[in-house]
Amino acid sequence: MKAAVLVFPGSNCDRDMAVAFERAGAKVTMVWHKDTALPGDVDIVGVPGGFSFGDYLRCGAIAARSPITASLKAHAERGGYVLGVCNGFQVLTETGLLPGALMRNANLKFVCRALDLRVETSQSDFTSGYNAGDMISIPVAHHDGNYTVDDETLAKLRAEDRIAFTYDQNPNGSTADIAGVLSENRRVLGMMPHPERAVDAQHGGTDGVAMFRSLTASLETA
Amino acid sequence: MKVRVDVMLKNGVLDPQGEAVRHALGNLGFEGVEGVRQGKVIELDVAEGTSEDTIRDMCEKLLANTVIESYQVHMG
Repeated sequence: MKAAVLVFPGSNCDRDMAVAFERAGAKVTMVWHKDTALPGDVDIVGVPGGFSFGDYLRCGAIAARSPITASLKAHAERGGYVLGVCNGFQVLTETGLLPGALMRNANLKFVCRALDLRVETSQSDFTSGYNAGDMISIPVAHHDGNYTVDDETLAKLRAEDRIAFTYDQNPNGSTADIAGVLSENRRVLGMMPHPERAVDAQHGGTDGVAMFRSLTASLETA
Repeated sequence: MKVRVDVMLKNGVLDPQGEAVRHALGNLGFEGVEGVRQGKVIELDVAEGTSEDTIRDMCEKLLANTVIESYQVHMG
């Protein structure tokens, strides 16, 4: 599996994400935001966490209009895989690749701790290593994770089984406790929690490993 | 030419920051503040003759996130 990880000024989880992909067997290339093209034949693009462009204007707004983002959109529209975590999730909603928006946490607090997530669907190459209903512990660290969608979009997400993860204890006021959502073709996942921070027992947990392994397994055989 | 764009959360979208400001006003003894909504004012200095349509295009593409925000353009 070939992975690319985008790097914006202010990204700070880019190397963690690269390590998570590498440990699952992927070959990883880092791509600077001013580049206009992704490496050829890349299977999956990681959009990492952090504070791209200092969260100016809105979280992820400037990154979503960076030169590399046009290539990211084209990759997704061709059916390529994309994983956006935290600020990466914000970037994906700002580009329109995923529905909804991420607003300031309802309690206005920056939340930074490991949380229990419920796997809502195993029907995606991101979540096929889990069973629907599994509880997994994944760290969160964000100030703007309050996922907001209108009722119509929420109904559509539910009907299409596109809610990937929900919080057991909602930390940010997100609609329907949503922690992560899939695109219509199930190949773009955006989530606030950090699976790449849960791939090493010495860092407090390994519940994120199954995501990177199942991606590698699916994309190696593709 | 100066143009002002006001960006506000759409009606019906909960504004956590506005709520915090409302509480703080109450703590200061200001009574009867029923609601506070916080937005952004963006001032643009653009070439003379820039059309309102162009400014609206800027709003749609970057200045506002129309999923949750509405905007108003004030020319000149």
